[in-house]
Amino acid sequence: MKRLNWQIWAGFLLSLFAVLSYGFLFVRWPITREFPWANLILFAIAFVLLFFGLRRAFKPDKRIVAKIFSSLAAAFGVLLLAGLLFLIYVMGSWLPRSAAAPQVGQKAPAFTLTDSNDKTVTLAQLLTEPIDNKPPKGVLLIFYRGYW
Amino acid sequence: MGISVDTPEQTREYMLQKAGYTFTFLSDPKLETIGRYDLIHVKELASGKDISRPAEFLLDPSGTVRWRMVTENFFVIARPEQVLEAAKTLP
Repeated sequence: MKRLNWQIWAGFLLSLFAVLSYGFLFVRWPITREFPWANLILFAIAFVLLFFGLRRAFKPDKRIVAKIFSSLAAAFGVLLLAGLLFLIYVMGSWLPRSAAAPQVGQKAPAFTLTDSNDKTVTLAQLLTEPIDNKPPKGVLLIFYRGYW
Repeated sequence: MGISVDTPEQTREYMLQKAGYTFTFLSDPKLETIGRYDLIHVKELASGKDISRPAEFLLDPSGTVRWRMVTENFFVIARPEQVLEAAKTLP
């Protein structure tokens, strides 16, 4: 009677979930985005499952197909982990140097831009126009990627 | 304020309606201001377009930069508590 090697399947699917969940879930919070510990825990569990699955597939009575399949599944799991780490630590640093970006102590360059109500706004206005009848204490500029 | 290459229409859709943010968003689709701040990410991989790299600047009322974060890793950007801490130093 041929029984399903569930450890291999579970390990394979869990490693797939471990990599995908970074993008659709864990990237949302700084604590799980800056260091992917949640994903590393998932990968650790996946690798334990893959290890037991491999051990089972390499018992003498198992067919060569099972050995090949489980080896591929385990290799794919390792590849997914490498891919996630490559994304975060290698591709994540593919940013322009921005050496000429304003430094602390320098004046921020003036600008005139359009707000979401199609109104023209200048930096000078933002720095001086009162909020609740009080002069602004400062201005925070957040440059972000946008949704294009 | 948030600054990106999105048009006012896109900002209304994504940041105000979908994400529910209430602060000001400014549109710089021609990358004039983003360029003046040296923040253009040319042919960014995911979008295939020229967009702004992530960066945050806290200015005092004179327009002087008091604090900034120009990240070296896309996945590490300023946290709200870091900005609030920096804001305490404003006059």
